Amino acid sequence: MRGSTRLKWAVCATAVALAATACGGGGSDSGGGGGASGIVSASWGDPQSPLEPANTNEVQGGKVLDMLFRGLKKYNPKTGKAENMVAASITTTDSQNFAIKLNPGWTFSDGDPVTSDSFINAWNYGALLKNAQKNASFFRFIDGYDAVHPEKEGAASTAQTLGGLKKVDDLNFTVKLGAKFSTWPDTLGYSAYDPLPKSFFSDHAAWLSKPIGNGPYTVDSYTKGQTMKMRKWAGYKGPDAAQNGGIDLRVYTDNNTAYTDLQAGNIDLVDDIPASQLKNAKSDLGDRFINQPAGIIQTVSFPLYDAKWSGPNAAKIRQGLSMAINRAQITEQIFQKTREPASDWTSPVLGEAGGFKAGLCGDACTFNPTEAKKLITEAGGLPGGQVTLTSNVDTGSHKDWSDAVCNSINNALGNDKACVFNPIGTFADFRSKVTSKQMTGMFRTGWQMDYPLIQNFLQPIYYTNASSNDSHYTNANFDKLINEANAEPDTAKAVALFQDSEKQLAIDMPAIPLWYQNGTGGYSTKISNVTLNQFSVPVYNEIKVS
Amino acid sequence: MPEEYDRSNESVAPTGMGGGMDLAASEAQTLDHGPGHGPQPGGPTGKPRSLWSDAWHDLRRNPIFIISALLILFLIVISLWPSLIASGNPLQCDLSKSQQGSQPGHPFGYDNQGCDVYTRTVYGARASVTVGVCATAGVALLGGILGGLAGYFGGAWDAVLSRISDIFFAIPIILGGLVFLSVVTNSTVWPVIGFMVLLGWPQIARIARGSVITAKQNDYVQAAKALGANHTRILLRHIAPNAVAPVIVVATIALGTYIALEATLSWLGVGLKPPTVSWGIDISAASTQIRNAPHMLLWPAGALSITVLAFIMLGDAVRDALDPKLR
Amino acid sequence: MGRYVIRRLLQMIPVFIGATFLIFVMVYALGDPVAAFFGDRAPDPATAAQIRHQYGLDKPLWHQYLDYMGNIFTGDFGTAFNGQPVTELMKSAFPVTLRLTLVAIFFEIVIGITFGVITGMRRGRPIDTSVLLMTLVVISIPVFVLGYVLQYVIAVQWGIGEPSVSPEAPLNELILPGIVLALVSLAYVTRLTRTSIAENTRADYVRTAVAKGLPRRRVILRHLLRNSLIPVITFIGTDIGGLMGGAIVTERIFNIQGVGYQLYQGILRHNSATVVGFVTILVIVFLLANLLVDLLYAVLDPRIRYA
Repeated sequence: MRGSTRLKWAVCATAVALAATACGGGGSDSGGGGGASGIVSASWGDPQSPLEPANTNEVQGGKVLDMLFRGLKKYNPKTGKAENMVAASITTTDSQNFAIKLNPGWTFSDGDPVTSDSFINAWNYGALLKNAQKNASFFRFIDGYDAVHPEKEGAASTAQTLGGLKKVDDLNFTVKLGAKFSTWPDTLGYSAYDPLPKSFFSDHAAWLSKPIGNGPYTVDSYTKGQTMKMRKWAGYKGPDAAQNGGIDLRVYTDNNTAYTDLQAGNIDLVDDIPASQLKNAKSDLGDRFINQPAGIIQTVSFPLYDAKWSGPNAAKIRQGLSMAINRAQITEQIFQKTREPASDWTSPVLGEAGGFKAGLCGDACTFNPTEAKKLITEAGGLPGGQVTLTSNVDTGSHKDWSDAVCNSINNALGNDKACVFNPIGTFADFRSKVTSKQMTGMFRTGWQMDYPLIQNFLQPIYYTNASSNDSHYTNANFDKLINEANAEPDTAKAVALFQDSEKQLAIDMPAIPLWYQNGTGGYSTKISNVTLNQFSVPVYNEIKVS
Repeated sequence: MPEEYDRSNESVAPTGMGGGMDLAASEAQTLDHGPGHGPQPGGPTGKPRSLWSDAWHDLRRNPIFIISALLILFLIVISLWPSLIASGNPLQCDLSKSQQGSQPGHPFGYDNQGCDVYTRTVYGARASVTVGVCATAGVALLGGILGGLAGYFGGAWDAVLSRISDIFFAIPIILGGLVFLSVVTNSTVWPVIGFMVLLGWPQIARIARGSVITAKQNDYVQAAKALGANHTRILLRHIAPNAVAPVIVVATIALGTYIALEATLSWLGVGLKPPTVSWGIDISAASTQIRNAPHMLLWPAGALSITVLAFIMLGDAVRDALDPKLR
Repeated sequence: MGRYVIRRLLQMIPVFIGATFLIFVMVYALGDPVAAFFGDRAPDPATAAQIRHQYGLDKPLWHQYLDYMGNIFTGDFGTAFNGQPVTELMKSAFPVTLRLTLVAIFFEIVIGITFGVITGMRRGRPIDTSVLLMTLVVISIPVFVLGYVLQYVIAVQWGIGEPSVSPEAPLNELILPGIVLALVSLAYVTRLTRTSIAENTRADYVRTAVAKGLPRRRVILRHLLRNSLIPVITFIGTDIGGLMGGAIVTERIFNIQGVGYQLYQGILRHNSATVVGFVTILVIVFLLANLLVDLLYAVLDPRIRYA
């Protein structure tokens, strides 16, 4: 039987193929927990951009920069205060011209000293349009930004360097801002302002495949999309040297898998507990479950460019919708208390002194179904009889809370089709629809702070034409108060002015504050002293391995 | 008709070679009914009936068919009038009851949003059964016809049809869903069904093509050809009944996977839009809560299982009825 | 036969062009990817324009496509948005996924056909009913749940095996993911085999073989199975592409950065270079698998001939 022998041959060929590919893989150790002494294995997500400081605007890339670099300032992981790190002092007399003095002795791990040029060149690189850095806009406060990075599409740079940066000597340089901004030095802990070594400019490709910085860790090996091994840098002279031998970051495509790996003892630290496991996390991990405030607020915004939402009664409807949302119940049932009901537009991590004020929003953010129904009825009912809540569904568990918010509104209004969830497939699609003003009802907006200042929670989002003003809110009084607050050299007075501006938001309700998001995480018995900073990133250098 | 078939097995088995061996037994049984095509009880003795009416005749007497038909009828009835057996409102949810278990008046408990699982399972039948049945019917018809033609005529027909199906195969479902369904704004099931047919037909087409290629080698097809029968007659009379079995098998299983696929599409944000209720949406919502509230998954998934079971049984019965060797 | 194969290989050219163009247009239709680069911040127009220019997104669609195709022939599949060349992604993704797919197909063949033969020969018996019930479970419970439960029970509760696959992806770590990936297809293969076997047990040649007194094993393997395999082989052939490109859920559960994952990321981020590149390779795999299946027809059923 000719055929059957051939069939046999085919089966064998498959077996050979299996065996051959089997030989291709395997062999080396299978990673996971334990390993070299003092090494912590931690979950990671694939960074979305190359790991340049001025090009990294999301938390996964931020984690690495946090270990790899130290900037002029560093935010204290406990208090959130901006403290001098590489900077010895940053002084100003007019809130516009700043003199920066560096501490001597800082070097990059390749031996290159950290000088004024390390900062000036890095900032010029980050600002220059040609380099298309996503955080370029952070340098917009510096004088001369417009020439280096014109706003308009298609325009070319007329200068290669920021005119406001002047080197005095290797340890001193001055910065002139375009306008007064008294708390500007406190923004300098953000990774976009990190210094860069000469090798970044001389061999860019090599630097990207194995970044070099001046922080407590060095990159031992980096396999894009899979693992990054960070090791303690013995030559680090800063005050916050690593307490462990190193961190092995491993990319997880699903945080649920990372959590299962933690339970199986394959990994020591997971910094994002999946929503579906929050209920079990406490019993699975006990006090190794971390749930602490982070500088993230979730809101839903309204398209104020849409005639339906800009009418004279629309603010009343927006307030009514806000009152119809049972924040306490949703944060408890859906988020298992990993969110706190919001009652202002900032975040508890700012602290009272920093401008956080619980209850600032007043009745408008307090659940009151009867009042909600009354307000909306008085204002003539929902525009079109129905409101949609739009969100992307490819990230986070947005469907769950969106459904809950809609159900809460429906129950308050006694109409099971008053609020309808409108899912959008991809974040990219969602964002391009939002930025091109295609929203017609409520839509999800979230804000993760760049630096712990109340200014960062208000100006970028609600100031006229600001970069994240997705609802296109504009109010002269609000803008005036923000300008005054920025020019005010006294912090307490500035904070009061910012809070005044928030009261305008409570009246206009361009965005409904939903909840303050906490950072969550869990760790193995092998490590201790694990905390998250205000950006919900683990404080890696303080982790101790037993 | 497995049961009937088994019973006769037992009675004749000892006569077979190889001591109770299944093969021999089944053969003995087949021989029994044998070439003589013995008079069927109640069958008319006059002119010979067509294969299709023979099949119908058999089918009506097959208990498996009757059971599955009753189940399907039941599903259709509750799809049309869910309020017959569920008095609640599937959209009425109370978050404070989130994930609570069974209690009086709410036998299946509550889901994550605090909606009644029983009511939602009953109300979900309409969208899910419609999606499953219509998508499967569309896929089976389109794929069966195109695949059958490709297999029967071969040559250029085959080349063109097969290559077109290859191109469709290449479209990742997620990409297709995001492109074709994200532009849809109405909340009916039809865009979803259309999408499934569009991307689903190549698979059935391949299966049908393969079966037809085998079936057309049979002597009786060659004989019919030699006798000058036209293509339509050969295809419908001789090839279709002999090639349809794999199509039925794949289609009945696909029915279940389409209902599940609807869940995937909903999860991607491009499937059925709220406030439509479906098993798929509920199954996908329950999936992430499996450790905390398995009851959320159990009921909609159970309903889906029963639906698939009914159609698999129906498919089996139809296939058996079409098989002349069983007669 | 040789000419048939050559003809089929030539037919790959129009399919290749058609499929790449179709996918390219579809990714383009997803919309502008650049807005998402900036997270919750609105992109400043100048930077966005600069990024569009870098990736050639500012050109008209047909121009982008021609550029892309031109580059493909020089081995340049473009760059993903995280700065990695797509060829680099392919080099890391395809070997893993290929291994995973082969493991899955191995289980489909071994378990699926065995179950199919057993149930086909014992229709209506308890074993048949049990397999049917398993089929129903596999169909109606999402792969995500089955995968997660297996992963949890085996790796966490029993402590045998690993919950996730390490980057090197050795074969032993791929057994569980392979089974999970194969589950739904197993249902198809089992039911298809069962039906074919049941049909063919009554065929003349089987009766002849039995009448000749051939041993049971030989009858089943040589005669019965061989003639029953055509629909099964067809199905597995169509499944290869699906398994390789559609393993998104399985790959997620077990943390495998394979083809499904890269495709999914590419789609979510509207990155045509990644998506078209990966689909292009998948199409080739697909066409070869189909060709192999058609050739197997002739092996399994000698009456089928290709000219």
